[in-house]
Amino acid sequence: MYSKGFKPLAAASVVSLATALSLVFFYAPLDADQGFVQKIFYVHVPMAIVALGGFVAGGIFGIRHLRSGDPSWDLRSYVAIHLSIILGVGVLATGAIWAKASWGHWWVWDEPVLVSFLVVFLLYCVYYPLRFSIEDPERQARYSSVFAITAGVFVPLNFAAVRMAESFTHPRVLSQTGGSLPGEMRLTFLVSLLAMALLFVTLWKLELTAKHAAMQLKKLRRRLDARVAA
Amino acid sequence: MIGVTRTILAKDLLLELRTKESVPAMTLFTLTVYVLFHFGLDRDSLDGELAAGVLWVTLLLAAVIGVARLFATEREEGGIDALLLAPVDRTALFLAKASGLFLFLVAVEIVAVPAFDLLLLGPGLGGTMPELLPVLLLGNLGIAAVGALVAALAAETRARELIVPLLLLPLLVPVLIACAQATEPLLRQDQGPEDLGRWLGLLTLYDVVFVLLSVAVFDYLLED
Amino acid sequence: MPALPLDEAGKYVAGAYVVFLTLIVVYVAIIGAKVARIERELTDLASEEDE
Repeated sequence: MYSKGFKPLAAASVVSLATALSLVFFYAPLDADQGFVQKIFYVHVPMAIVALGGFVAGGIFGIRHLRSGDPSWDLRSYVAIHLSIILGVGVLATGAIWAKASWGHWWVWDEPVLVSFLVVFLLYCVYYPLRFSIEDPERQARYSSVFAITAGVFVPLNFAAVRMAESFTHPRVLSQTGGSLPGEMRLTFLVSLLAMALLFVTLWKLELTAKHAAMQLKKLRRRLDARVAA
Repeated sequence: MIGVTRTILAKDLLLELRTKESVPAMTLFTLTVYVLFHFGLDRDSLDGELAAGVLWVTLLLAAVIGVARLFATEREEGGIDALLLAPVDRTALFLAKASGLFLFLVAVEIVAVPAFDLLLLGPGLGGTMPELLPVLLLGNLGIAAVGALVAALAAETRARELIVPLLLLPLLVPVLIACAQATEPLLRQDQGPEDLGRWLGLLTLYDVVFVLLSVAVFDYLLED
Repeated sequence: MPALPLDEAGKYVAGAYVVFLTLIVVYVAIIGAKVARIERELTDLASEEDE
């Protein structure tokens, strides 16, 4: 049910990932200011964008779950959020590495994307304790969807607020995703972004399939046990 | 629906007047936190951004206490089931709870803001009230809307006391940003509002979004 | 801060990409283990059916 088109998707992910990596290290020019360290930008920023997209998608799936009552939408929402949290760890880690290499500190408050990401990450970490502290499965799914929608709406609002605040205290030192990227860098960035997005969807489908299979198996086992008992 | 909202709100306000559980506790809490900040920062007086930050963080933390107790009476007396059996519009319940929380926050601030002026604020509040008031009111509105939503979300979980602060505080970061930034120039030595419109605009946007969201989504909570 | 010399910068860049790849590899490995467990249970169930 979830694995439609999986193989071509996985193949596309691998190809685009390989292409992106080649472009990053063999095609994209060295940045004038930051030097080689700027290469981190091609993994850190696409990860952040895809993770944020994943959170918003989780909210959209939550809406569909509430309107239809179909638990498969809740599963889609859960896996999207789950994957985005994992990517989120990567964003914060690569962000810290980049900060250390660029500014000498493992954390800086200058970058509104990174800062607002920290807030979003802290919020979504509560998804697990909230979800798993509700026992009734139907209620658990419903409340998780409400959370997913609330948090999904929160993401852009928070980003706007943090950006407004940072522009006062820390004038934009670095324009990461600014449109001032020279052509070769922009191409490399876009390919990296595509690769990350494809990778996300592939892993999302992979986990959905595995989870769905596990649930079917549990149902089967229960049915068999009931038959044996009868 | 307005009638139901008013009834529930009246019930909650009456209960609070009689038992005096939430508002005095929240108020006392803010005073205690001011003392903590005095010792923690080792400062006799604050101004500018430090003052704005201390004031708003304290108010947010007090709000957490209020939110955690928002559905307490329903839970303890089994009132939630009674409410759900009756054909009550969930929206009315949300409006009542959010309005109650808003009024509680206003009540707390009537004491907490002058207390801040007395204990920690360097430059007096003086003539800043006309500018401070909309910030307080719009901030309270955002806290009330999100607070009621979070209270309902956490109402059914076993780990309620942990979930409420963890959920509420990140969600209120934009409110904190807007309120602190708007308040900061009012509390400086050379006071005067700066960019007030921009931050009030952000607060208004936040309030509108979260009131609409909560109203839309509340029907799916506290069901069955 | 002036740009780091290439050899120093290389360590940070490598670190970032290693973090990324490690996350993916660990994630896929966990899913793989889950799938293996499902397969094992399925064969168990099939053999139970036969009994």
